[in-house]
Amino acid sequence: MAEIKSSRIEISDGALIPDKGEHSLFSAWRLAFFGAIAVLVLLPVLFPDPYLDIIKFIPDGILKTFEVTVLSIIFALIIGLFTGLGRISRITFINRLATIYVEVVRGIPLLVQLFYIYYALGKMVQLPRLTSAVVAMSFCYGAYLGEIFRAGLQAIPKGQMEAALALGLSRSQAIRKIILPQTFKVIMPPVGNEFIALLKDSSLVSILAVSDLLRRGREFASTSFRYFETYTVIALVYLVITLFLSKLVALMEERMQHHER
Amino acid sequence: MNDKPIIRIKNAVKTFGTVQALRGVDLEIKHGEVVLIIGPSGSGKSTLLRSVNRLETLTKGEIWVDEDSVTNKDSDIRKIREEVGMVFQSFNLFSHLNVLENITMAPLTVKNVSKQEAAETARKLLKRVGLADKETAYPSQLSGGQQQRVAIARSLAMNPRVMLFDEPTSALDPEMIKEVLDVMLDLAKEGMTMMVVSHEMGFARAAADRVIFMDEGLIVEEGTPGDIFSNPQEPRTKRFLEHIL
Ligand SMILES: Nc1ncnc2c1ncn2[C@@H]1O[C@H](COP(=O)(O)OP(=O)(O)OP(=O)(O)O)[C@@H](O)[C@H]1O
Ligand SMILES: [Mg+2]
Repeated sequence: MAEIKSSRIEISDGALIPDKGEHSLFSAWRLAFFGAIAVLVLLPVLFPDPYLDIIKFIPDGILKTFEVTVLSIIFALIIGLFTGLGRISRITFINRLATIYVEVVRGIPLLVQLFYIYYALGKMVQLPRLTSAVVAMSFCYGAYLGEIFRAGLQAIPKGQMEAALALGLSRSQAIRKIILPQTFKVIMPPVGNEFIALLKDSSLVSILAVSDLLRRGREFASTSFRYFETYTVIALVYLVITLFLSKLVALMEERMQHHER
Repeated sequence: MNDKPIIRIKNAVKTFGTVQALRGVDLEIKHGEVVLIIGPSGSGKSTLLRSVNRLETLTKGEIWVDEDSVTNKDSDIRKIREEVGMVFQSFNLFSHLNVLENITMAPLTVKNVSKQEAAETARKLLKRVGLADKETAYPSQLSGGQQQRVAIARSLAMNPRVMLFDEPTSALDPEMIKEVLDVMLDLAKEGMTMMVVSHEMGFARAAADRVIFMDEGLIVEEGTPGDIFSNPQEPRTKRFLEHIL
């Protein structure tokens, strides 16, 4: 989760490898990223059977993984925004509600939440698999993003709100026009990290037979019995995607630090 | 200056937990009057100022701006705040907006003015504070003195009848203090009613009609700048002035 120091957010989770101090040709990130790509290219060239077949089989799964991830992060951002606002609300009821939501979600493993929404609640309303997956992921990540929003909102200096109020704005006008635009800027990097974490966690939805990257791998492996080869490729593809995204987040952070004083 | 008070403060009491920030302040400020408030740290100067636009809610007592009660929970505080500008020690410019947007934001949001009209007013004000060439700059690109002048222009854009200044120059490097005080001096000459927390003696002598010395949440002594600075009566005032002069 994210902790805020002054107006910047420290990250203790998520992207690890990108390290701003490391610009050498052999930085850990480069070795891992280009190494993984090299292996992914070389394997099908050297051993077309089965690697070429695997590589041909999984792109649908990659798309599905992105679909789940992008849909979930969008809904999670909306839930997170309102949760964050709720967490700093002066209205006790709303504040409690937001806090309870965060605590409940954080206390239940994501896999259990997935099962609960698809199988347990499925007894009442049977949602399609993909919908269930997105609902569960959004619900879970909405709580995490809520904490990021809360931290981001609290990182904006008190004087900004006071100046807005002193000019005659209402609290909600001040939040919309002054506080939130600044908050969005501060929380970009941690939200990027949550996006990566969500992408990795989205592999859990394969349990619901949503044919994401992991599920496609499983399908291939169970018909061809090439478990080692298949899961090697799956792991490498996840690795390349997350390393690439981690780099983007790191660049975003760096740029932000240049912009602020 | 006409004799009718525009701000009336009656028995203002403010406690923060166990701290008594204000312990019964009575004060009336006339139209066009410039009042300077001095006093040691923690004496309640900021709290008094911030109570006038209800950034702090009084524990006891009443404040009026003209006929409008600030302390009455039912009064429309936003209308009152439109009439009462405030300038902060730390400027508090909106860091995601450029200079022009900082100034036009409140008129556009709160008053029914057109974009053009707001920009026109803003440009006039920027000229007045000597920053006509800075309208597209962001706060982080400005010096402290420039930021504070923009903050003053931002307040003036709401066309307030009273201006509150809470140590407007104490976060500034010495060479920038004058540019801000000059703007305030002009404002005073034009007849703006001003409540200023500041220890700038030069400004006080040039612009203040009255100096108020506060200590421990109370007004200890008040008078003309000449009276207070050259001939203070209360021992506490004397001690404080020796300390800062
Ligand atoms: N929000 C707050 N919570 C708790 N105590 C406060 C708060 N604001 C002010 N105080 C206390 O109230 C008293 C008066 O504070 P105030 O800021 O009005 O003093 P001041 O005269 O403006 O001092 P300074 O010259 O340091 O700005 C101090 O003891 C201060 O610690
Ligand atoms: Mg103060």
